[in-house]
Order: sequence, then structure tokens, then C-alpha cells
Amino acid sequence: MASFWTGYAWPTVITAIEVIAVVVPLLLAIAYLTYAERKVLAFSQLRKGPNVVGPFGLLQPFADGLKLLVKETIVPSGANRVVFVIAPLITFTLALVAWAVIPFDPGVVIANINVGILYLFAISSLGVYGIILAGWASNSRYAFLGALRSAAQMVSYEVAIGFVLVTVLLCAGSLNLTEIVEAQRHIWFAIPLLPMFVIFFISALAETGRAPFDLPEGETEIVAGYFVEYSSMTFALFYLGEYGNMILMSAMTSVLFLGGWLAPFGVAPFTWVPGWLWFMLKIAFVLFCFLWVRATFPRFRYDQLMRLGWKVFLPFSLFWLVLTAGVLTAAGWLPAR
Amino acid sequence: MGLLERATRSLLLTELLSGLGLTLRYIMFKRTVTVNYPYEKGPLSPRFRGEHVLRRYPNGEERCIACKLCEAICPALAITIEAEPREDGSRRTTRYDIDMTKCIYCGYCQEACPVDAIVEGPNFEFATETHEELLYDKEKLLANGDRWEAEIAKNLGLDAPYR
Repeated sequence: MASFWTGYAWPTVITAIEVIAVVVPLLLAIAYLTYAERKVLAFSQLRKGPNVVGPFGLLQPFADGLKLLVKETIVPSGANRVVFVIAPLITFTLALVAWAVIPFDPGVVIANINVGILYLFAISSLGVYGIILAGWASNSRYAFLGALRSAAQMVSYEVAIGFVLVTVLLCAGSLNLTEIVEAQRHIWFAIPLLPMFVIFFISALAETGRAPFDLPEGETEIVAGYFVEYSSMTFALFYLGEYGNMILMSAMTSVLFLGGWLAPFGVAPFTWVPGWLWFMLKIAFVLFCFLWVRATFPRFRYDQLMRLGWKVFLPFSLFWLVLTAGVLTAAGWLPAR
Repeated sequence: MGLLERATRSLLLTELLSGLGLTLRYIMFKRTVTVNYPYEKGPLSPRFRGEHVLRRYPNGEERCIACKLCEAICPALAITIEAEPREDGSRRTTRYDIDMTKCIYCGYCQEACPVDAIVEGPNFEFATETHEELLYDKEKLLANGDRWEAEIAKNLGLDAPYR
């Protein structure tokens, strides 16, 4: 009995507490990301954005959430009910599950596994299932078109992201995210690997279906894409999942290229700020770039999107991967194992 | 522009970056131009054609003499007038209805009126929850006239030089 308690029950309780400690701030961050998005877009268009609910409209996300919560969930009569309800759950869960391996500070990570990058890559690839299932189960043309577009897009850009990840782990010499951050103590990978950083950021936009790659939900063409038929809480779960993925991609960008929790310079005024705060600031900066890009660029055409993914990013990232490997070997900079 | 220069430009994303710079200037430095509507309002011309009113003379006598010119000119047939001589022999309306849901706010009624009785005032915030509330009768129109008289008189004065 004692071994059950110390061996299973207690670690489970600890893990549950850790999960809550990550998920609750994450959900809050998602709520305020929607607010930030509306504000940034509004300012870029010389509008005010939400400013009525609470001071500066700060309670707007909760008003929106409450509205979605009390609305009726409509399941279309032609829909496959079970899959229809499961799909948003899959999307939302996958957006949360990936956070298990993200290090917030030295040692502050739920699961410090040795193949963190592979885990992240696997989870973000699984995300396409929620979308495909949603499009299929809705039994609607627009939803299905949106799902197909989304699936093709995610598969295309995952290839480029894969090569970028390989380049980073060549330089870091580890698949463990904590060690990848530690490898950037001297210089952030964003500087020597700047082209890969740019490719990763653009691919992250495509991977999360954000503007200018928001074809899966292109409002002017296919209404809302794969979640046209969704309403109320099921819709909210897709929405939360999408924004959760945005934050996740920003966190990945910070960990892989912007030195995670490391301060920009290892000197006095910068080291006073705690590491997790640096990490948050970096995530916030990358998220701002997401919104900034959305405020600037019009949507890609589908053939342009595919051309960029397969004919530009794929060869370029492959070339840069070989180049990086060559330079590392030639100069003897390969991290010792 | 040579091939090399074009390739360099597109590889360095110069156009994309200059576009981003423009939006960043907007986000950071430009002031918002929104009129915060229920709390702030934009300016209105003295000729603005809003909610209708029936006006009175300063002594309290209603201006309308039931000539029915407004009813005749109304292109939307929104005005209905019935008239009878009053006890003192003067000609007055017994019924003056405007269906505000038919009205197209063209302003012909106020142009037709020989005594400036029917006027479209500066009020544009008279939305209601039911259709019936927008079927105005004489009582409602006269009440509107009493409520908006000061502003209407001012607007008519401002517009008078151009008529």
C-alpha cells in the first residue's frame, strides 16, 4: 500500500498540480491573446478596439467566453454526432498537451524528456486530425474544403519546420529542450541561423493557420472553413485550440531561437529579471509579430501557398541544413557528445 | 531592375519588411480616429433630416393648418391627415399620423409646408423595440416639437440665408 502511495498516487497528484499550474495561466493567456489581437488590429487600423467592458475593455474576453458558454450547441442533422463532438476536443487537448515539454526556467518543466523536439513535432502533426475529423463529420462542403486545405497546408509546412528543427538540434547537439536553451548561452540561435529563424516563423504562421496563410478558414471564400458548422462551446474549443497553438509556436520559437529563459545579455540589469519572465516576454514578442503580420499582409492564394512551401522553403531549408552541417564539421564546432 | 537585384530583394524580404514598418508606425504612433459613439458624437449639419416634429407658434398655437401639402408630396405615402374646422372656426387637423417605417427621410414634407409646421429635426436616435412605436400620431409629433423646438429654431435660422 505504501509503495502504491509513494510510487503512483503521490507522483500523480504532483503532476496534476503541475498541469494545473501550466494550464490555468495558459488559458488566461489565450483569453488575453484574443483581446490583444483585437487591440493590435484596431490600432493598426486607427480604431480603438474593445473598450467598453471593464477598464480599457479588459473584461471583454470573459464576456465573449460567457456568451459562447451559454449559447446552444447546434449539431447539424447530417453530421456524424460522435466525431463532430470529439474533433474540437482533440484539437484543444493537443494544443495543451504539447506544453508538457516546454521549459519555463532551468528545471521548471512538467516532463523533461530527452526527445522533447520529437514529441513537439509529433503533437503538432497530430493537430491535423482534429481539423480533418471536424471537416468530415460536419458533412458540409465548406467545412470539408477547409479541412482539406488545412491538412495539405500543415503537411507542406511541417516538412520545412522539420528541417529547421534538425538544423537547430545539429547546433545544440540535443533533442532535449532544456539543453537546447542551455546551448544558446553564448549566442541565440536566431543570430547565426537567421534565415532558418525567418523560415521557422513563417512556417509557424502557416502551421497555425494564421494570416497571411489563413486559407483553411478564409472568411471571404469558405466562410470559416472547417469549423463553419460549429457553435457555442465546441466552437470555443476550436478557437482556444487555435490560439493555444499560436502561443505554443511562439514558445517553440523562443526556446529554439531566442534563448528560452536566458537573458539577452548575461550582465547585471538583465539578469535581475527572472528567467520565466524573460521567457514570457519573448513569447509575447513573437505573438505580437503574429498579430503584426496579420495586420499587414493580405491572404495568399492557394497555389502561392503551395509554391512557397514546396518550391522555396523546402529546398532552401534543405540547403541551409547541409550548409550548417558542413560548416559545423569543417570548423570542428559540432557539439561534443 | 536586373535579375540579381530582384532576387536579392525578394530573398531579403525588403518589400515585406517595409510593409511591416508601415503598420508598425500605425500601431505605435498614429492616433485613433474613432468617434466613441454613444459618448461622443459627430457634428450634424443644420439641414440634417432626422425625426419629424410638429411645431407650435410661440403662443402655443399649433402651426399646422391641415393644407395636406405634405401628405400630397410624400413619395412614400407615409403621412395620413384628417381635418375638420375647430370650434373657433379655424382649420386644424384631427389626425396627423406618420408611419416612420415607411418614411424615407427625403425632407419633401418640410419643403412643402407653407408654415414650417412639419420639420425633420436633428434627432436620429429614436430606435424602438417594436414596429408600433414607430407609427407616430399627432400627439407624439407635437411632443417632439416641444422637445426639440430650441434646436430646430436655431437650425432653421442658420439655414435661412441659403433659402
